[in-house]
Amino acid sequence: MRTKPHILVVDDEVAIRESLKDWLLEDGYEVGLADSGENAVAMAKEKAWDVVLLDLKMPGMDGLATLKHLIKINPETEILMMTAYATVDTAIKAMKEGAFDYLVKPFDPDEIEILIKKIVAHRELVLENLLLRRQLAKKNEFDEIIGKSAVMQKIFELISLVAPTDSSVLITGESGTGKELIAKAVHANSNRCYGPFIAVNCGALPDSLIESELFGYEKGAFTGADHTRKGRFELADKGSIFLDEIGDISLKTQIDLLRVLQEKEFSRLGGQKLINTDVRVLAATNRDLQRAIVENKFREDLYYRLNVITIHVPPLRERLEDIPLLVDAFINKYCLEMNKKPVKISSIALKTLMNYDWPGNVRELENVIERALVIGRQNKILRADLPFAPNKLEIEDLPKSLKLMEKKHIEIILDANSWNISRAARDLEIDRQTLYNKIEKYKIEKTR
Amino acid sequence: MQNSIIICPIGSVNIEILKYLGECLTNQCGFEYRISSAMGNPDYAYNESRSQYNSKTILKHLIENRSYNTFRLIGVTDVDIYVPILKYVFGLAQLEGQCAIISLYRLRPCFYDQPPNFNILLGRAEKTIIHEIGHTFGLTHCRKRSCVMYSSSRIEDTDFKEPCFCPTCNELFKWHLTAVNKVNTGR
Repeated sequence: MRTKPHILVVDDEVAIRESLKDWLLEDGYEVGLADSGENAVAMAKEKAWDVVLLDLKMPGMDGLATLKHLIKINPETEILMMTAYATVDTAIKAMKEGAFDYLVKPFDPDEIEILIKKIVAHRELVLENLLLRRQLAKKNEFDEIIGKSAVMQKIFELISLVAPTDSSVLITGESGTGKELIAKAVHANSNRCYGPFIAVNCGALPDSLIESELFGYEKGAFTGADHTRKGRFELADKGSIFLDEIGDISLKTQIDLLRVLQEKEFSRLGGQKLINTDVRVLAATNRDLQRAIVENKFREDLYYRLNVITIHVPPLRERLEDIPLLVDAFINKYCLEMNKKPVKISSIALKTLMNYDWPGNVRELENVIERALVIGRQNKILRADLPFAPNKLEIEDLPKSLKLMEKKHIEIILDANSWNISRAARDLEIDRQTLYNKIEKYKIEKTR
Repeated sequence: MQNSIIICPIGSVNIEILKYLGECLTNQCGFEYRISSAMGNPDYAYNESRSQYNSKTILKHLIENRSYNTFRLIGVTDVDIYVPILKYVFGLAQLEGQCAIISLYRLRPCFYDQPPNFNILLGRAEKTIIHEIGHTFGLTHCRKRSCVMYSSSRIEDTDFKEPCFCPTCNELFKWHLTAVNKVNTGR
């Protein structure tokens, strides 16, 4: 809010307008005056008022009608109704229409001062909250999902399409492909983005715990239940629940889950009361659920409830072109965390990463980069910082000729020393001039 | 026009109180003061349905009856005053104007069912008159509870605050005063 809140006083009685103006000016507010509802609407179109003090009973457009117009013009304006004793009922009706509060004329000086201060503080909170939410929504867009490959572009497109709907989404893909990030992006781009995003790793919870975790429990429901606890479905109300490793839940939990999805209500463990919930379900699995259905390990009806839309996240080996981008992102992330200047990666190290088949997918790549940054001593990630033994492909890749082998070796050492000739010469156990001669001879050039 | 404040009793007001207020204005703000002859009871401002006097009407009357070279004219009355939208006020001033009015009615301890205490009344009246004088110099309400420019919605607010400006309001007051003097002396 501006340092000096702008207040519009709307009243057909000049004495009321003037006395309020005097009072508010003494309090340092900017004050505007309107003698009718029609004028107030015109003034609201010209300028955004922070607070409007609006008389309920006016000739022409009355307070209620003016209120509706003002809210339509600027929903962020706080409106305080002014009324005589006889019209308190209407003032209450006005509050239902969106007025902040009402004051009975004449006011106690205390009342108006406290109420206006309350409105100003409330507006500051509302605006701050809005700002934070916008920042958060922006942060959560697709920032954390990295990929320029065609397959990832298709996934982004699909997220944009399905996010605004309320349909259940089943996210499939191998372990470590970033299924939770996809679920978060769906939530962040949905109409529920201001509601909670609650993640449950079903695979990590034993069958005895999952029911109480999902649906909560009443005090005394079982030994140790010494207080009532809300379950994840209750916590996720008006938001999204992400059920990770959904393929791992027992048949009993599948039935409970199906009931929640169908009825949109459940009861806590040990409780009778039915609790309504408005939750969007996002589920993920690395299992073949269709096969599990055939094997009678997963209910077909639950599968179709969850699988309204499927997003399949490909394994990293199927989108190797995303590796350089992912590596850069992880280097930036961990250098920031470790308070280090961002480093680069040598071309040989990057090539090694591109040649690997990544069974642990993006998560494994992230761990490899984090480890390399911890153990690496240079201002570059080198092949030696990676936890892989040279594979067959790399060995086959080595030149057979001794001269080319020498050239390759000099390139590696120069890279490792960021082309610091003195240090590279020391590592190679030759003098600087000899190194210069060899660079000249082999026409070695700086790479990335 | 000299920096002399005219204190004008409106209706019957104890002269001791008026003198005390004049001394306070001299000590706290450095102004000379003069007590003018009394204006009659402000019957013209009486509102029968409220059994109170409209302070705005009294203020208008003061403005209309001030002489052309008035520096500041402060009316002091013993009647209960109000502005139309509020149940009561302790005082009313022209923001950046020349006139103000204060009422002693709700400053008396007996209004709050307490035993009469002349010193408490004087202390409250002093704070109220300095507050209204501050408004006539363009000062608005201060957020510091101890500053005399803090808004007094209840008598407890008046009792809590000091009869002087906080350092910030004091600076502002001096700045406004210099500006007013420049205008008055034509420099």
